[in-house]
Amino acid sequence: MAAPTNPPDWASIEQSADFKALLAAKRRFIIPATLFFLVYYMALPVMVGYFPALMKKPVWGAVNAAYVFALSQFLMTFVMAAMYVRRSRQWDRMESELLASLGFTSAH
Amino acid sequence: MVAAIQFTPALGMFLAFVAVTLVITWLSARKATGSAAYFAAGRSIKGWQNGLAVAGDYMSAASFLGISGMICFKGYDGFMYSVGFLVAYLTVLLLVAEPLRNAGKYTMADLLAYRLSPRPVRAMASLSTVMVAIIYMIAQMVGAGGIIKELIHVEFAPAVIGVGVLMLVYVVFGGMLATTWVQIIKAILLMGGAIALSWMVLGQHDFSLTKFFTAVSQADYAGTAPPKNLLEPGMHFGTAVNPWGPLDFISLALGLVLGTAGLPHILVRFYTVPDARTARTSVIWAIAIIGVFYILTTFFGFGAATLLEKNQILTAGGKENTNMVAPILAQQLGGEFFFAFISAVAFATILAVVAGLTMSASTSFAHDFYTNVIHHGTVKSEDEEVRVARIMAFVVGAVSIGIAIYLGPGVNAAFLVGLAFAVAASANLPVILFSVFWKRFNTAGAVAGLATGLGSSIILILLSPNGIFGKAGAIFPLQNPGILSIPLGFLGAYLGTVLTARDLEAEAKFAELSVRSQTGLGAEKAGSGH
Repeated sequence: MAAPTNPPDWASIEQSADFKALLAAKRRFIIPATLFFLVYYMALPVMVGYFPALMKKPVWGAVNAAYVFALSQFLMTFVMAAMYVRRSRQWDRMESELLASLGFTSAH
Repeated sequence: MVAAIQFTPALGMFLAFVAVTLVITWLSARKATGSAAYFAAGRSIKGWQNGLAVAGDYMSAASFLGISGMICFKGYDGFMYSVGFLVAYLTVLLLVAEPLRNAGKYTMADLLAYRLSPRPVRAMASLSTVMVAIIYMIAQMVGAGGIIKELIHVEFAPAVIGVGVLMLVYVVFGGMLATTWVQIIKAILLMGGAIALSWMVLGQHDFSLTKFFTAVSQADYAGTAPPKNLLEPGMHFGTAVNPWGPLDFISLALGLVLGTAGLPHILVRFYTVPDARTARTSVIWAIAIIGVFYILTTFFGFGAATLLEKNQILTAGGKENTNMVAPILAQQLGGEFFFAFISAVAFATILAVVAGLTMSASTSFAHDFYTNVIHHGTVKSEDEEVRVARIMAFVVGAVSIGIAIYLGPGVNAAFLVGLAFAVAASANLPVILFSVFWKRFNTAGAVAGLATGLGSSIILILLSPNGIFGKAGAIFPLQNPGILSIPLGFLGAYLGTVLTARDLEAEAKFAELSVRSQTGLGAEKAGSGH
């Protein structure tokens, strides 16, 4: 265990395998997740604006496809937030291990 | 302007809210010493508390009164605001909240100043922050004046001044801690009101979702209008209403989903918690609360169109009185007492949001402009920074009150809110993202991005149907500039960077920012005086 330098040696931490692994793990989730929710959300105004006949089709009783699609955005947000929290536990572990290996006690 | 103030139950409940929050402000003022206490509530707010405060900071009178009214009149298209306001929190959660908390101190500019030349970047970021906050606040103030006039019969100007003075008391004496508690209490009251109202609406339809949606699909305003299917899209953004409608809707959606993560009064909330993990927890709480609230707009928005008569929700001149739909619905279903409660909730809502906005604007001026631009990062004492912020709060408050009274109740508040979101998305978000995720990003890029985003969104709004030439003479056909100004903001930041020389010092410091923002190493600690 290296003693912590003050200030920390940012460049060597950034180049370390552990930090790169942490960054890669975050990117693996965050980039596709962001693309997905942006596309899924922007599909709503596109569908409603340019395919109104399709969106007016009833799905359940009086409820039409447009309302179901809108409601699904709420569900998508809740699910995506839950997935983020699940993944972030793994990042937190990687972060704590990285900081410990550098001799810093985790800030948490 | 001799305003005859009638003592109504609504006024009584509002005064009770004011009394409770003033006691909290007094308690906070005794606790708050030092700048971290004043600007960031000592970074000691718990995750669930901050989640409630984010919700309280965010759900403005526009979202409670405005959206329910809009759904009541325009049906599905009004509900689209509810959806966008929530999904936007994924941008906050996935991209902004944790890096911001890890690498910043009090403002958005802290993140940018880390590896870029601090003075030009902070000056531009502070300008953009103060602009967004003041534009947003004028919208709130104008809305507040109109609502208070209808609810407790106080004239427009005294109502605006009253809201302004109260808000200043919270901000100047209580700082971020008092502002936080005002927002928490407001969020609880607003959720309570929304749940009760939705329950009563559903009760009118025998607690049957089938019956409720069937009624909405043939909404006839209690028999006073021919039935129409409010669940069908197109009554506001449809091509039948406006040939540019669908594109305007896409533009609005982009502004909402990307603008929230650039709103200064939301961003500063993440500095009030001990660390990035708590910032994450608070976004999750906020998503839960805000999500439930906006789903409930289904019941009290669509429901109003099945239960209220047209003449109840039109003005004397026959115009749609969108802001009064929720209070009138409360009156019809729950009587005078419930009307009073919902009205008091509306006031609390306005106060909490304007307090948050004033807090973020004055913090940015004191911390970014006064301390770091004028005084190169050194002030005599941290009390001085707090004193400047308090003075700035007065200035921001006075300017907003003055402009709101000058513009009067006739100004289009939706136009101002749209502008605030567009500026936040076009100016603030590109530079926040590039700063954290793009090594090559440099000072010229940041200044160019902020300037292009700010300038293009303001110019496009001025040329829009809401702008200086009116509907007929509009040069830009959309009401929302986002579809053009957001790409321009990103493009400005990109071109400003690649067309200027590489800044090797900034690139060298990228390692530091990257490690700090991703791990929290060296982050500002809770309870520290600095």
